[in-house]
Amino acid sequence: MSKKPIKQRVEPETTGHSWDGIEEYNNPLPRWWLWTFYLTIFWGVLYTIAYPAWPLVNAATQGIFGNTMRSDVAAEIKRFEDANAPVEAKLVAADLAAIGDDPELVNYTQNAGGAIFRTWCAQCHGSGAAGAVGYPNLLDNDWLWGGTIEDIHTTISHGIRNTEDDDARYSEMPRFGADELLEPEQIDQVVNYVLQISGQEHDAALATEGAVVFADNCAACHAEDGTGDRYQGAPNLTDPIWLYGGDHAALTETVTNARFGVMPSWQGRLSEADIRAVAAWVHGRGGGE
Amino acid sequence: MNEIQTPPSLYAAREPVFPRRVSGAFRNLKWVIMIVTLGIYYITPLLRWDRGPNLPDQAVLVDLANRRFFFFMIEIWPDEFYFIAGLLIMAGLGLFLFTSALGRVWCGYACPQTVWTDLYILVERWIEGDRNARVRLWNAKWDARKVRLRVTKWVVWLLIGLATGGAWIFYFTDAPTLARDLVTGNAHPIAYTTMAILTATTFFFGGFAREQICIYACPWPRIQAAMMDEDTLVVAYRDWRGEPRGKLKKGQEDVQQGDCIDCMACVNVCPMGIDIRDGQQLECITCALCIDACDEVMDRIGKPRGLISYMALKDEAAERAGGHPKNVWKHIFRPRTILYTTLWSAVGIAMIVALFIRSPIDVNVTPERNPLFVTLSDGSIRNTYTLRLRNKHGEDRPFRISLASEADFVMGIEGAEGLEVIVPADSTLTQRLYITAPAGSAEAASERTEIRFWIDDAVSADRVNADTVFNGAGG
Repeated sequence: MSKKPIKQRVEPETTGHSWDGIEEYNNPLPRWWLWTFYLTIFWGVLYTIAYPAWPLVNAATQGIFGNTMRSDVAAEIKRFEDANAPVEAKLVAADLAAIGDDPELVNYTQNAGGAIFRTWCAQCHGSGAAGAVGYPNLLDNDWLWGGTIEDIHTTISHGIRNTEDDDARYSEMPRFGADELLEPEQIDQVVNYVLQISGQEHDAALATEGAVVFADNCAACHAEDGTGDRYQGAPNLTDPIWLYGGDHAALTETVTNARFGVMPSWQGRLSEADIRAVAAWVHGRGGGE
Repeated sequence: MNEIQTPPSLYAAREPVFPRRVSGAFRNLKWVIMIVTLGIYYITPLLRWDRGPNLPDQAVLVDLANRRFFFFMIEIWPDEFYFIAGLLIMAGLGLFLFTSALGRVWCGYACPQTVWTDLYILVERWIEGDRNARVRLWNAKWDARKVRLRVTKWVVWLLIGLATGGAWIFYFTDAPTLARDLVTGNAHPIAYTTMAILTATTFFFGGFAREQICIYACPWPRIQAAMMDEDTLVVAYRDWRGEPRGKLKKGQEDVQQGDCIDCMACVNVCPMGIDIRDGQQLECITCALCIDACDEVMDRIGKPRGLISYMALKDEAAERAGGHPKNVWKHIFRPRTILYTTLWSAVGIAMIVALFIRSPIDVNVTPERNPLFVTLSDGSIRNTYTLRLRNKHGEDRPFRISLASEADFVMGIEGAEGLEVIVPADSTLTQRLYITAPAGSAEAASERTEIRFWIDDAVSADRVNADTVFNGAGG
């Protein structure tokens, strides 16, 4: 270190700026700093040559590598698809019921299936698969069309009551009130009967009348005891799970105007491997049969 | 003001430092510390430690890919990172302790920058000669000899740098495997990159930047000032004894002259290139080589040693006034250092206790919150939990899951019968689990019920628990 005192006081050069009489010495930049600065400029020039950079009239310069963020993403997606191809092939070839016995397939379906569900299914069924009014809860053990993995797979593949897929699950409840198939009094009676068989508060006298109305008009689909019929997607009316609500007003609305829930067919939109993955994921949420 | 005078330049180029060889007690201590610290650094990754068939057999290994840290018999998982935090706190407190007691003793003896620079200077001295020869070589023209010496020195430096960078990456992968991969070109690019960066920094910091790292780059010298007081031992020059300095002339005993004969020995040996006789300086790393150099000279001219020595500022004032210095231990043992020692020990003891009481199995429970509960067709209420079961043993272990509760809960795990799961060796298993409260039960109707999971290792009888809640429909 130089410790020699400056013998003759000569004012060092200043930048010439003066703020309230305070002047600034024109200190040179440290050399390493200066050279780093030059290096970054040089690097910047190289970068604009290598990558898309300068905006022109119609588009930006493309860069000599033809490399963009979009092409990076496409390459990444391709890499993952290639990496997943063997396990997807195995999944498609597997017996649906045997997926749960293969740790590799379980691992894949629980991750991929969850991602697919959150992308395509969560809009109606909720991100946690708990459903909403009109959109079934997929976590419970009450299934309209069946809760085995084969049933779930069929439902996802073809959808419900849609017009795009001939194999879609289909059934239609009559509009008992709107089409004047039942009198309003009869509707009130049968609603009270449904309240009775589902263990809710009801008018016993009306319910007794309603039992007759039910046997004549509803039992064909919902079964004599009201436990429903999965072949027709007819809900079980004796349990506490209601797709459109189980109170007097909601039931009256259902009987009067009927319900017509639609689910799209997914076989044309998702690959078979994706449908199987999401079916296995739904089946593994606690309600699978 | 003279018109032709140019204003002084505000840029000061580095003046090269050529430390001279010195011998003495402190130099010997520094040699020992260098051998021990470098020995630990280079040899540690080669040590083996048998942990069974499923775990690595490297004694010290930071396994980033599997997120494990192995240190002999100790295995640290990411959830036990507080051990690393504790070690860092201990390192900090230790540094406080040593700085308040002995000044910049870390800088002078143990800092990697100091140790590697010392090693590089040793190599430089072997190849180019001692101080005078090196100064001559510096000023010499670039002839064949200078090129030969310089290239030889740089090659040796580079090899040391390569060994340093190489040893570093050995701490992160199995050393023998990586060594083979490095030679055959099969190692991961990150290994080569890391090695190249560390080789370059070692080469540049130890060979060229040297004292500038301490002066300009390192924040520690600035922080240290806050930890030093008048009892802290620092390297100091007894100017009241040495001044006025002057050359020793044969046969002339000048009574006015002090003990310092201005031989520049203390300056010539200084790796920081400073003159300790100017007083306390930021640059001084207290390596004590000037003490060795001066003592040697004092011995030769028949004066008492200690013209330059470790001294507390309090003693300096006392001696200047003609008094006697305090005992060194009285400087070292004072409330401040005792406090640091107590804190340091407390953290150390707490860590050792934690190390012994930690369980080789562990569980985390996350209740499903989307949705909080599911109503089943019989009216019962079901909650879902995600259990993360950690088995830190080197073998598969069956974990038995149970619930400490008086209530009438029904428990089941996803995808399997029973309540026992096999957790693979040295890994974490994520398991979905369902708890159902029967329809009409108090738990199904209430908003929340506190519950506690117990996990039993069926082999070792270790058990751990985790508290969580059951959400009923009552909310």
